[in-house]
Amino acid sequence: MSWQADIGLEIHVQLRTRTKMFCGCPNAFGAEPNTHVCPTCLGYPGTLPVANADAIRLTVRSGMLLDSTIGLRSKFDRKNYFYPDVSKNYQITQYDEPLCIGGHLDIVVDGQTRRIGITRIHLEEDVAKNIHFGSDSGVDFNRAGTPLMEIVTEPDLHTPEEALAFLQALKQVLQYGEVSDCNLEQGNIRCDINCSVRQVGAERLGTKTELKNMNTFRGVFRALQHEIPRQIRELERGRSIVQETRRWDEASGRTEAMRGKEDAHDYRYFPEPDLPPVQLTEEEVARWRAELPELPVARRARLVQAHGLPEYDAGVLVADKEVADFFEAALQAGAPAKAASNWIMTELLARVSETGASIHSLRITPAALASLLQLVEKKVINGPTAKEVLALVLAEGGEPEAIVKQRGLAQVSDTGALEAFAAQAISANPKSVADYQAGKPAAFEFLVGQVMRLSRGKANPQLVRELLKKQLG
Amino acid sequence: MRMTDSARPSDGFDVAYVARLARLHLEENERAQLQGQLEQILSYVDALKEADVSGLAPMIQAVETENVLRSDEVSPGVDREAALANAPEHRLGLFIVPRILE
Ligand SMILES: [Zn+2]
Repeated sequence: MSWQADIGLEIHVQLRTRTKMFCGCPNAFGAEPNTHVCPTCLGYPGTLPVANADAIRLTVRSGMLLDSTIGLRSKFDRKNYFYPDVSKNYQITQYDEPLCIGGHLDIVVDGQTRRIGITRIHLEEDVAKNIHFGSDSGVDFNRAGTPLMEIVTEPDLHTPEEALAFLQALKQVLQYGEVSDCNLEQGNIRCDINCSVRQVGAERLGTKTELKNMNTFRGVFRALQHEIPRQIRELERGRSIVQETRRWDEASGRTEAMRGKEDAHDYRYFPEPDLPPVQLTEEEVARWRAELPELPVARRARLVQAHGLPEYDAGVLVADKEVADFFEAALQAGAPAKAASNWIMTELLARVSETGASIHSLRITPAALASLLQLVEKKVINGPTAKEVLALVLAEGGEPEAIVKQRGLAQVSDTGALEAFAAQAISANPKSVADYQAGKPAAFEFLVGQVMRLSRGKANPQLVRELLKKQLG
Repeated sequence: MRMTDSARPSDGFDVAYVARLARLHLEENERAQLQGQLEQILSYVDALKEADVSGLAPMIQAVETENVLRSDEVSPGVDREAALANAPEHRLGLFIVPRILE
């Protein structure tokens, strides 16, 4: 029997605003617990929420980037539940009149492009953070009330690979849209997975399970790699799937049924009486549409056209907005385009993938990269020395030009000095000289290496070759 | 008494179910008493069901307004000490609550 999985995602994205959704507390990560709080986000009786206009704008912008229909009229609702992550005993969200309806995002898996449907995008408030101790739990309300956008997809994804590709594509769009920092370590993107399986050809979707609170893309991938076969095994044994909330346990690599907050939901949504509806105008929406930032596809074309980069290079650079920003900043600081692209794609991205940090957290700045590449272009240093200088900058920071000066790394292009080194290499290696004259090219490379060694790696390799050839006749 | 693990009742009012959603502990006698009292309150509301509201849009707010929004600017909050002073228990700057089963 062959089976097919149907996966839908509910993705929660923290918006890049200065303040919370319904009060003026800062929307910032990493502060001391309960230092970004006020009567509103602590849920004091008698306080009134007032919606953050910028959060609405960013949600609408996300909808535009995903080809949604913008709901000109929308409203907020209360989702009622009792749990210590919500101070008011309800969370303000949007139930039946969200800001954005429909939409889609294309993903590419194994060279195949597939269009994944978006059901809706709505705006809500994030909840407090719970910290669990042995005998009790703590609550930090800094995150409570920060704007959270929820993107719900159709169950159009069929494999863990597709789910991962979707999340990566979505992150790219949201980063380009400057909607969210999309920092996964800080929990900027969290997602719930709805997953079911059915026999290939069956019309109706199978019974789904929900996997809650995934906060890494890899976690989503691995959880699905586990959950899909689990459901197939159950069905093949003649059992049925229980509709339930499960939790992915990264340590054991299994999903397990979850109890507690999620086991009894009957949220009794009703319209939030404290918040008037939001009515957008066509003009406002048109103005926001005109302000949309450049998207990856357009940026890629521009890099090819303006700087003559190969398509492939441009694709690698724009895949991550921060990398493309770094590249363009280096160009502005005077870096030659092709060299900058090469060095970023090889040296810098290698370091980024090693450390998992962003390119901006490396100790080299775009200006320092530009200065380094200018030194190479002006033949002040050669390629291997440039790599050495880069390693120093990455380790300790600093200005390439100063490092070259301080450490005496400038290339030796002084013909007199290099002629002496060449003569020395020739007289010390008669066998190589004979081999070279017998037509063995490797012997020549060996002699070049000897001269480079004598110059402590600083010789201009081009010049060394010329001088050696001349002396060897 | 332990909360019953009743599923959502198909009809009628079940005080045990509502108490469980609200995380309220009710003794047997309280349960019986509240069941009766709340049924009575709900029956008052039932009178409203007789009104013909077909063709009317639901009224969400008493005063018709829209777009009451704020600009994205920080305003002062409350001091942590002041916020925590109202808590039955606090530690490490956190509000302390009974252990949460996750
Ligand atoms: Zn607040």
